[in-house]
Amino acid sequence: MNKQRMAWLFLAPALIVLGLFFLLPVIAALALSLTDYDIYALANIHNLRFVALSNYWLLLQRPLFWSALGHTVYFVAVGVPLSMGASLGAAMLLNSPLARMKPFFRTALFAPVVTTVVAMAVIWRYLFNTKYGIANYVLGHLGVHPIDWLGDPHWAMPTIILFAVWKNFGYNMIIFLAGLQAIPIDLYEAARIDGASALRQFRHITLPMLGPTLLMVSILTVSGYFQLFAEPYVMTEGGPLQSTTSVLYLMYEEGFKWWNLGSASAVAFLLFLIMFAVTAMMLRLSRRSEGADA
Amino acid sequence: MSPRMAKAMINGLLIGGAVIALFPLLWMLSVSFMQPGEASSLPPPLLPSHATLNNYRELFVHAGMGTYLLNSLLVSGAITLLSLSFNLMAGYAFAKLRFAGRERLFQALIGALVIPAQVAMLPLFLLLKYIGLVNSYAGVIVPGMATVFGIFLVRQYARGIPDELMEAARIDGAGEWRIFLQIVMPLLKPIMVTLAIFSFLAAWNDFMWPLIVLTGQEHYTLPIGLASLAREHSQDSELMMAGSVVTVLPVLVLFLAMQRYYLEGLLLGSVKG
Repeated sequence: MNKQRMAWLFLAPALIVLGLFFLLPVIAALALSLTDYDIYALANIHNLRFVALSNYWLLLQRPLFWSALGHTVYFVAVGVPLSMGASLGAAMLLNSPLARMKPFFRTALFAPVVTTVVAMAVIWRYLFNTKYGIANYVLGHLGVHPIDWLGDPHWAMPTIILFAVWKNFGYNMIIFLAGLQAIPIDLYEAARIDGASALRQFRHITLPMLGPTLLMVSILTVSGYFQLFAEPYVMTEGGPLQSTTSVLYLMYEEGFKWWNLGSASAVAFLLFLIMFAVTAMMLRLSRRSEGADA
Repeated sequence: MSPRMAKAMINGLLIGGAVIALFPLLWMLSVSFMQPGEASSLPPPLLPSHATLNNYRELFVHAGMGTYLLNSLLVSGAITLLSLSFNLMAGYAFAKLRFAGRERLFQALIGALVIPAQVAMLPLFLLLKYIGLVNSYAGVIVPGMATVFGIFLVRQYARGIPDELMEAARIDGAGEWRIFLQIVMPLLKPIMVTLAIFSFLAAWNDFMWPLIVLTGQEHYTLPIGLASLAREHSQDSELMMAGSVVTVLPVLVLFLAMQRYYLEGLLLGSVKG
């Protein structure tokens, strides 16, 4: 019995912190999203009214919510495959027996991951400046006209995606590299003796052997990319013409600029539900394709 | 393709990748030493014509960068120390102490990982407002004092400790706290270093929560201070690059010094997860 009590004493600090500052707020967020908590309720709690699902209903009718969701889905749908492709490509280069100075290249390619998003986003703003930025200068030599990277609504999101890929690909690269190193070398040798091309080796050995890692990494990356916030906050302030306003950016403005905490909580919950649905769907699809293979 | 060509191509691609990864960082460093306005000329200069430390002086004397730097050190240091102790204790309990409902509670914690942290932020702000912690260091620190990821990492590692070690000490009459402090902690040292680096980097780079809970400049951490400077001084690229150097350099140096521990932790936390 005493042993049990000791165990709970060891657990208590962490569980109290997680319960009080995570679990309780999450439950409160659900409650909050069913109220009209706004700046008047912030001043005097008696102004608070229960509005049932009306926050959700109103959100689903707001064009801004749908466009924010659209921008976020765009960021995820283009950014995740590009990121993972870059990670896998870099990992395969590092894993090649022909590569030299591997520790240096590994560190160099990983360096952007540990840097601060805000500081890097500030740098990218200058690198992608229309007039003096190096990006346009280099492209100019290739005969490309100056692009208004962050000022043109069509280019702003692609620029942010490019930034996110540059900043994040090193993380998954390390995970893929460990996965590649775990593949027995004999498999490739047997395939080579059978005359399989590099491309076929990649399709029939590398990809299937990485399968579980690929699935886990893609789910984690998708959830991470749905939480787009700091990049548009620093690089574009959600603009131009709200073309980079993400769901979380909308939540931040709704909650902490306009103090509509009820409706902002509804935004947060909708994002959570969408993320949950997407990752659950990815899991199910991967199980089905596994079943089809077997 | 001949082996020599393949070798040239692979190493060429690696060099290209490293240049893309490092160029923005090197450019930031170089521009931070340029005279005001120098970077805004054509062709874009790569190196300062007359290197100067004026941007750094300007930042620390007039822009309050020193305060932000101290704030960041204080907040990240406190989060690292507190979360390290709490996560260690909990992770050890989940791995080695027996109590009713252990597996179910651990599963519930792992399950909670699907909830994005931002869902909790709005009520958390209200909660901290009612207990008076908005716009204080404590407001940033308190929600970071324990993490599911940290508990998970410690549990994975602590499961490798043989039970006999603890049993022998119990037979000798050692109390649970003494066993934890004198026998278990020394064995957990590698994971402690890993977790400390992870927590420090995450706390240092964190943006959204400090942005929400810190409403006055005097408590700003570096990322928040830098973002607000960037909105005021968007034309002063040299000044902003110096600010970026101050923000990034500490974590970059920490990573380079402790790389092995960091990468090991990254794999422990994901591949086995």
